[in-house]
Amino acid sequence: MTGCFRLSFMTPTTTTAQRNVIPQAWRPQVQSALQSHENALALLEVDLDASLRFAKSAVILTDRRLLACDEVANNCHSWGLEPNDRLSLADHGGVCRLEFFRQDQRLAVWRFTLGLQPAALRLLSQFEQRLARESDGQPLQSLLAGTTCPVCQAPLEEGADECSRCGREDLTPPSTWTLLKLWRFGRPYRNQLLLGFALTLASTAATLVPPYMTMPLMDEVLIPYQSGKPIDPSLVALYLGGLLGAALLAWALGWAKTYILALVSERIGADLRTTTYRHLLNLSLEYFGGRRTGDLIARIGNETDRINVFLSLHLLDFATDVLMIVMTAVILFSINPTLAVITLLPLPFIGWLIHLVRDRLRTGFEKIDRVWAEVTNVLADTIPGIRVVKAFAQEDRESQRFADANRHNLNVNDRLNRVWSLFAPTVALMTEIGLLVVWGFGIWLVAHDSITVGVLTAFLAYIGRFYTRLDSMSRIVSHTQKAASGAKRIFDILDHVSSVPEPAQPVALPERVTGRITVREAGFRYGNRAVIRNLDLQIAPGEMIGLVGHSGSGKSTLVNLICRFYDVSEGVIELDGVDIRQLRIADFRRQIGLVLQEPFLFFGTIADNIAYGKPDATRDEIIAAARAAHAHEFILRMPQGYDSLVGERGQGLSGGERQRISIARALLINPRILILDEATSAVDTETEKEIQKALDNLVRGRTTIAIAHRLSTLRKADRLVVMDKGVVVEEGNHDQLMALEGAYWRLYQAQQRQAESEGAVLGGAAQEVVA
Amino acid sequence: MMLERNPRGRWVWTDANGTRHEQVVVVRAFPVTAPGQGVGIMDAEGHELAWFDRLDQVAQPLQDLLREAVSEREFLPEIQRLKSVSSLVTPSVWTVQTDRGEARFMLKGEEDIRRLTGKTLIVSDIDGVQYLIRDPLVLDRHSRKLLDRFM
Repeated sequence: MTGCFRLSFMTPTTTTAQRNVIPQAWRPQVQSALQSHENALALLEVDLDASLRFAKSAVILTDRRLLACDEVANNCHSWGLEPNDRLSLADHGGVCRLEFFRQDQRLAVWRFTLGLQPAALRLLSQFEQRLARESDGQPLQSLLAGTTCPVCQAPLEEGADECSRCGREDLTPPSTWTLLKLWRFGRPYRNQLLLGFALTLASTAATLVPPYMTMPLMDEVLIPYQSGKPIDPSLVALYLGGLLGAALLAWALGWAKTYILALVSERIGADLRTTTYRHLLNLSLEYFGGRRTGDLIARIGNETDRINVFLSLHLLDFATDVLMIVMTAVILFSINPTLAVITLLPLPFIGWLIHLVRDRLRTGFEKIDRVWAEVTNVLADTIPGIRVVKAFAQEDRESQRFADANRHNLNVNDRLNRVWSLFAPTVALMTEIGLLVVWGFGIWLVAHDSITVGVLTAFLAYIGRFYTRLDSMSRIVSHTQKAASGAKRIFDILDHVSSVPEPAQPVALPERVTGRITVREAGFRYGNRAVIRNLDLQIAPGEMIGLVGHSGSGKSTLVNLICRFYDVSEGVIELDGVDIRQLRIADFRRQIGLVLQEPFLFFGTIADNIAYGKPDATRDEIIAAARAAHAHEFILRMPQGYDSLVGERGQGLSGGERQRISIARALLINPRILILDEATSAVDTETEKEIQKALDNLVRGRTTIAIAHRLSTLRKADRLVVMDKGVVVEEGNHDQLMALEGAYWRLYQAQQRQAESEGAVLGGAAQEVVA
Repeated sequence: MMLERNPRGRWVWTDANGTRHEQVVVVRAFPVTAPGQGVGIMDAEGHELAWFDRLDQVAQPLQDLLREAVSEREFLPEIQRLKSVSSLVTPSVWTVQTDRGEARFMLKGEEDIRRLTGKTLIVSDIDGVQYLIRDPLVLDRHSRKLLDRFM
């Protein structure tokens, strides 16, 4: 039953292909299962068994059979492939299901978790290509020449299993090395940084002078006085002057260093923020679609700030501390090596102890962060829903929920405070013990006349300083980790390449764009789902097209593709005969006016909002646009006219008024192409008439693509395009399409019925209950 | 009233009037909190065809068929033990022992561990597959300690 599938096309290239297809672990088994001259086309390792328990087995597609191999039992079941065989893939609740059908018979079913879906799609596409090849006789070799990405169908590089185009965000845990990437932002300031480092060195050295001065003060002034010699005022003046000088020098240098480095780090932080934001704005809509606004705001705001603080404060402190400890060690060894060894001996031990406690504290603090988020979540949940809370009289329950979250917070804090309160005294105790050791050993050395009292004093002064620094040094680990994870999150954005790239050599648009749009064999996949398939559409200059179809039929996606918010996966979209991917994005978008269902007004005056696309517009132009959009009159009725503040935190406007402002905004830039995406859906019929009048002015003479749920709003369209499941199913004007009695006719009938029943409901004065 | 499987592997429901409904699905109303209560049969468009208040009061062999149909769709492995995590900061790969065998998955962020109701936690992995922790307090010490670092 295995058919006569062109084995003659098996050239050496297929063996390479086979090697790519079969993972190492399955190779021996696959080798033994395959017949001679049989080539594996794809292998899918499924991770669930029939009862949905985790168990590995493999589904192998070859050029003539489909095999299912069991890892444990080490046996394979195989089916010879027949022309009517079909594979289908579906998923529900995290489990994918791959089914193998022959005629109407299900021969086999495999289940696996969602993560394996790309691999399954690979198998599926190989299976479909095999079918296609069988029907049109295309050689196998060309099909195997390159592997394609299962998601975006882009060709994969040799040996790469993840597509670079739609690859996921880097998922490795943040590493400290990420911080080195920040050098890109530090480079422009390298001279200042170098100066700052030199100043750090000098100021640290200056702070080490005063303890050194205690040595001669002790040995040459105080001790001789006790043994009966009078004090020499000039000597005292010299040493005290030295102390004062050193202190002043340390002050000046410390100031200069902190100032310069803070200046530089602020600039690095600012550069980081602006660069990230600029990069973010240039990313495609696809990127924004997959992320939460709050997360992006936090990345640009908090993370850059955290990095900034790390650079200007923690890193600087740490560098100073390290320098100080090294210098102190050198000085101590130069004065007296034996005492130096004794002094420095407990240092690593104390450092280790501090680090240990710190580590526990850090996890505790992280926990507090999370618990705190829980507390704020309760608030974020309740306050926007306050009407519901009050309507159902659940104030007590909500306040109980808040109290619970708070108690949880308290518990975690209490536990942490037990360690935390112990911490500072413990560091103090260790410092004292360290000092005690030095005292004891120092006295013993003094008693044996190995050192002078002055040397001992100097030693005590030195180590008193750096034991206390050990605490702050131990924090560097957690600060570094936090900054590294912040840097990673920033570079996640910065390293993301826009899926709508600027062309390397842009084609210039002609002076006068006519607005002819041609869509040829366009295909688009969103994730793994094909949203647009093999779509052809011609729009003449000045023509108005109405896009019609159920929700999910691909209307909005088509519009997004025409605006180049996304790029087509297959085919081309052309403006006046030029592929839009060859045009500069800003040039191209300038030709497009967009009116959305939910008009977005920025915070600012009405005039600012109308002139958003053309900031240098004159007042006359703005008024003309507002008049044409039927917005002039209601704007004048507002207390400050065109200077009234709108947008978030601004004055409230009705949906229709906002829409007319956004129409004026589109009119002002005088685009060749106009896109109306459900521009009148969010308003009532009365307002719709107002907007419709404004739109009629806007549409005149422009290539227009209008999406509307209400078919009645598309009466003015020259042509209606009916879409279903990503393809154009019908085209023509209203009467033609009605005569066809096809998809459009059904949609129209359904809306008529709905309108009638709505009329009946409204007649019965049904009151909707707020819930 | 009968539930059967056609050759295409789809469930077919014949209701009390003898009408056959192709491609039905059997769903539980409370898969986590009350798996034994509230089972419905829905047609391909998602309309309810039948409803059973309690699964254990349904006559045999229908009861077993309902259970089979439900278990085919539902996948919510219950984590019984956290064996290891690749790192204590997310993203982190977890190796867990579940009631459906051992599994490995990647946790993208701490926010993917969510409290369902009461003590029950739902852990969503990077692909959207969900795992259940019915009560963190009954996990063994090692698992609790690991989980605690993410909670």
